[in-house]
Amino acid sequence: MKNVHGALLGAAALLLSTPSLAQTTLTIATVNNGDMIRMQGLTSDFTSKNPDITVKWVTLEENVLRQRVTTDIATKGGQFDVLTIGTYEVPIWAKKNWLVPLDKLGADYDVADILPRIKDAVSVSGKLYAAPFYGESSMTMYRTDLFQKAGLTMPENPTWDFVISAAKKLTDKEAGVYGICLRGKAGWGENMAFLTAMANSYGARWFDEKWVPQFDKPEWKKTLATYVDLMKEAGPPGASSNGFNENLALFDAGKCAMWIDATVAASFVTNPKDSRVADKVGFALAPNTGLGKNANWLWAWNLAIPAGSKKVEAAEKFVAWATGKDYAKLVASKEGWANVPPGTRSSLYQNPDYLKVAPFAKLTLASIDAADPNKPTVQPVPYVGVQYAAIPEFQGIGTSVGQQFSAALSGSTSVDAALSAAQASTEREMKRAGYIK
Amino acid sequence: MARMATSRHVAVSTFAAWLVGFLIFFPILWMVLASFKTELDAFAIPPKFLFFHWTTENYATVQERSDYLHHALNSIIVAGGSTLIALLIAIPAAWSMAFSPTKRTKDVLLWMLSTKMMPPVGVLVPIYLIYRDFGLLDTLTGLVFILCLGNLPIVIWMLFTYFKEIPKDILEAARMDGATISRELVYVLTPMAVPGLASTLLLNFILAWNEAFWTLNLSTLQAAPLTVFIASYSSPEGLFWAKLSAASTLAIAPILVIGWFSQRQLVRGLTFGAVK
Repeated sequence: MKNVHGALLGAAALLLSTPSLAQTTLTIATVNNGDMIRMQGLTSDFTSKNPDITVKWVTLEENVLRQRVTTDIATKGGQFDVLTIGTYEVPIWAKKNWLVPLDKLGADYDVADILPRIKDAVSVSGKLYAAPFYGESSMTMYRTDLFQKAGLTMPENPTWDFVISAAKKLTDKEAGVYGICLRGKAGWGENMAFLTAMANSYGARWFDEKWVPQFDKPEWKKTLATYVDLMKEAGPPGASSNGFNENLALFDAGKCAMWIDATVAASFVTNPKDSRVADKVGFALAPNTGLGKNANWLWAWNLAIPAGSKKVEAAEKFVAWATGKDYAKLVASKEGWANVPPGTRSSLYQNPDYLKVAPFAKLTLASIDAADPNKPTVQPVPYVGVQYAAIPEFQGIGTSVGQQFSAALSGSTSVDAALSAAQASTEREMKRAGYIK
Repeated sequence: MARMATSRHVAVSTFAAWLVGFLIFFPILWMVLASFKTELDAFAIPPKFLFFHWTTENYATVQERSDYLHHALNSIIVAGGSTLIALLIAIPAAWSMAFSPTKRTKDVLLWMLSTKMMPPVGVLVPIYLIYRDFGLLDTLTGLVFILCLGNLPIVIWMLFTYFKEIPKDILEAARMDGATISRELVYVLTPMAVPGLASTLLLNFILAWNEAFWTLNLSTLQAAPLTVFIASYSSPEGLFWAKLSAASTLAIAPILVIGWFSQRQLVRGLTFGAVK
């Protein structure tokens, strides 16, 4: 009995003498995308490796999140320790010193493994300011059965001429099948992401080297007129209100012969649970006009640490865990290789297990490689970004121009009128912001 | 003949009322139906009304991913707290303006209403900075305070119009009997304005429950009400309508139940003073 008492006293003394671990709580703001939700589900792996850290998630819709974290970071509110931000925000916020440079992610983080284009997009002056969680470009997805039936063969690197003629040939409005589905919903991240990338392939640019808007140039007219004509002839009805999700639903339901959109859609349209055409989808690069630029964009969702955070060390540990090489293995072990976040690391595209389940992997990588955020256009430009110009004013300008172009698509204004209005509003904003006199 | 015409008139009015009622209710019905669909069915063209594969998977996903009860409790505290405080401030304010008006009363009322005309985003940054400095970010106190301030003009206006309908003579009679101001407010005015107070309370509660701008911007986790819970189910990339509908159905369920049980008071309050 004495021994038992002694042992209990000893254990109690040991417990009391053990220094209690100071618990750090990380608040992470993120978007409601499949890969992010999966990451939330796997948090226990991180907390079991770091028992002194607790993770709390704030998941919000993209636009709400953007407004929420911008307000917080601009006022140094300190509500978040890790932020999910896009490639658009990274250079702007890094230059304002709102982000912590990520140079302490550990020896085994392997920065060199990050795809060069994506690394460029999240670096300023060679310093990494955000760690890419998943990356995407855009590509052409098409229905192999409809192409076969029409006697058409999709080239791996199609031209706009081919895509336009194929779309017209494949349109069967009576059967409810449309040759091509493209974004039409107004917004800098909606129709303007697609149209800016398309304009790049037609040799157009947002601004010249002196920040003068270029919507009055023939390249933009060619782009917009081609887009509007194509959608009128071969697009679905009400296309001016279609964004990514609406087109995804149309494609999944077998209503689109072609769809040019984010590479991340490839895993959705080939998932038999949601898609009726899962086994009839082929992939090709986004179209070009032979000028050296394809109509594809470059985007990544990244994890960044706000300069106002008081828990930088714990936040760095989390960022290294979520964007490191081992995370892909963790996802693969729990949910299969098809669910690993794509588009950030070279090693993933050399992994035979991943290549086996992702028939679109090669095209995704080629599309990402083909988009250069530092040289996005045929002619030189003063801005960084493929489907956007990384300046704070772009969100407002892009949405305003997007509304004009969406109106041209719906037929409530003409192509010429939309371009003149876009030129006038962009000039006004650029003058107001002091870029031009 | 006249009886036939009357019964036909009643039948037509009843049908028209049901039709209008159904049209108003349809978006809610559609949301509830969508919450039981698969994501593909929720997006189906042409839309599927009743003949689809019914599933409760969306509710299971929502339960698994979010702490519904935490958000619902926050909503109840924020909406209830802001409504009660607003009423406590608004009753004496409306009483003084209704029964002891000055020549500036109308201007004051209009000025109060004009504060509702400014888009809230215009004062987001100053309010955010004040909240940050006072440690009110992501607190229930902070949310109760801002929603109370935001809805106060409407509450005062509503109570002012109800109080105006109460004959001044009754209050004067109470004063003649020696009632103090507080007794007059509590024992004479308030019981007479119960329908008006009930509808103001309910309307303000609904407005506070649905308020999405301030609750989304000033809360993060601890104080996050149901608006934050809903906002986490919309996605730019991926199908989400069915899950979003399930989250929205759960979010409006409490307010629907409260509205259902208090509809008599609400209608009485809203038509209070309409018929002399």
